[in-house]
Amino acid sequence: MAQTKREMLIDPMVDNNPITLQVLGICSALAVTSSLQVALVMGIAVTLVTGFSSMFISMLRNQIPGSIRIIVQMVIIASLVIMVDQFLKAYAFDISKTLSVFVGLIITNCIVMGRAEAFAMKNPPIDSFIDGVGNGLGYTILLLVVGFFRELFGAGSLFGVTILETVNNGGWYVPNGMLLLPPSAFFVIGLIIWGVRAWKPEQVEEREYKIQSVEAH
Amino acid sequence: MSETNENKGFIRRFLDAPADSVGKTVFVAVALCLVASMIVSATAVALRPIQEVNKLKDKQVNILQVAGEYDPSANVTEAFGKFEPQVLEIATGTFTDQFDAATFDDRASADNPETSIALTDDPAGIGRQSKFVTVYLLRNEDGSLDKVILPVHGYGLWSTLYGFVALEENGNDIFGLQFYSHAETPGLGAEVDNPRWKSLWSGKKLSDENGELQITVAKAQPAAGAEFHVDALAGATLTSVGVDNLVRFWMGEAGYAPFLENLKAGDI
Repeated sequence: MAQTKREMLIDPMVDNNPITLQVLGICSALAVTSSLQVALVMGIAVTLVTGFSSMFISMLRNQIPGSIRIIVQMVIIASLVIMVDQFLKAYAFDISKTLSVFVGLIITNCIVMGRAEAFAMKNPPIDSFIDGVGNGLGYTILLLVVGFFRELFGAGSLFGVTILETVNNGGWYVPNGMLLLPPSAFFVIGLIIWGVRAWKPEQVEEREYKIQSVEAH
Repeated sequence: MSETNENKGFIRRFLDAPADSVGKTVFVAVALCLVASMIVSATAVALRPIQEVNKLKDKQVNILQVAGEYDPSANVTEAFGKFEPQVLEIATGTFTDQFDAATFDDRASADNPETSIALTDDPAGIGRQSKFVTVYLLRNEDGSLDKVILPVHGYGLWSTLYGFVALEENGNDIFGLQFYSHAETPGLGAEVDNPRWKSLWSGKKLSDENGELQITVAKAQPAAGAEFHVDALAGATLTSVGVDNLVRFWMGEAGYAPFLENLKAGDI
């Protein structure tokens, strides 16, 4: 499968999006999308971690013993995540308070691990880095789309700027409180996946089982 | 990779060795852990001073906000200089100079068996209560007391809410209440951060003329009157009950009541 570097970067954003096609990384997508600002920072953090962890793992790929390769990958990913967490606490304190535990949980984000195991272990460092960044951006785009709907209809604002004046603050808009709770992201992501697959039918998976009609004897 | 000539042979041999041999597995594991731990600790140590400053500033901003002195354009550290931190001994209601008020850590003190007590009657759900807390005094230009900022905390629905109550110099009129750390439900319990709800606290009174603690967060106005009543949050019954409990606990006998008595008597 020969891909150009450009395809490697663009492909995971739409056609091979880690959330809509592969349905990975859903847990954190539920937790951090109640406001756009938080979603954006989380997306950047995941993009950096996926890009650099793929690059470092790819650099070491010929030296990593197969028997401990998952642990080696985890150590590299975890170190990068802790560094991102420390930087956020130092330079974006307010956002790190909102993200709290979810930065640490990037370690368990299936997208990072998935790219390390599926791509970085078999490809050279630069390609792996581009692939990691592409997948991180695919995740970011989806987070922002979900965050857009949740913040706009749940809190009446976008990036903290009031768009729909809510009743609590003396306006007219009665916010949909459910959209601020994590389960609502399930509905939003579900609708997005439906939309994407209606637009690109080739993403629809084949049925594993099919009820067959048998002629009666 | 910087390889010197004399050990190139060794490194070459090592790189060419099969990745799955026992020696190499152990070596890769140990080397990776060492390198990763060094990088992580270097980052943590290098960034710690900035992080500490952030934490301190966050707390100071909250104290400034609850006292109504916060100006986003002003320098926080400078504005905070107006406040006089004091370590208060809760049981006697007097200030102590056993500790340095600038560095005293209330939360660490609550975990230390020597400086805290385990509560049996614990409506605020805090488990252990520190015998000493840091309070902040704001003085007028002539040196007379303007406001006191008292730290409070207690359990809501999901989390412990940490905050400050600002009282006027008479020790009975509330100026404001603000929580700086909690994890209540967004849109429901987290509305404790809503400026409109917080403004309800301003001008309320703690106790009536007989010294009975009357302040309450409730849906219906109590018999004592509107000046002791803060409307509960809609859709957040348990958070409201938690706030009610923690305010009544900290302003009651087990909390700041001795201090407020001293304040009213003019002994501070």
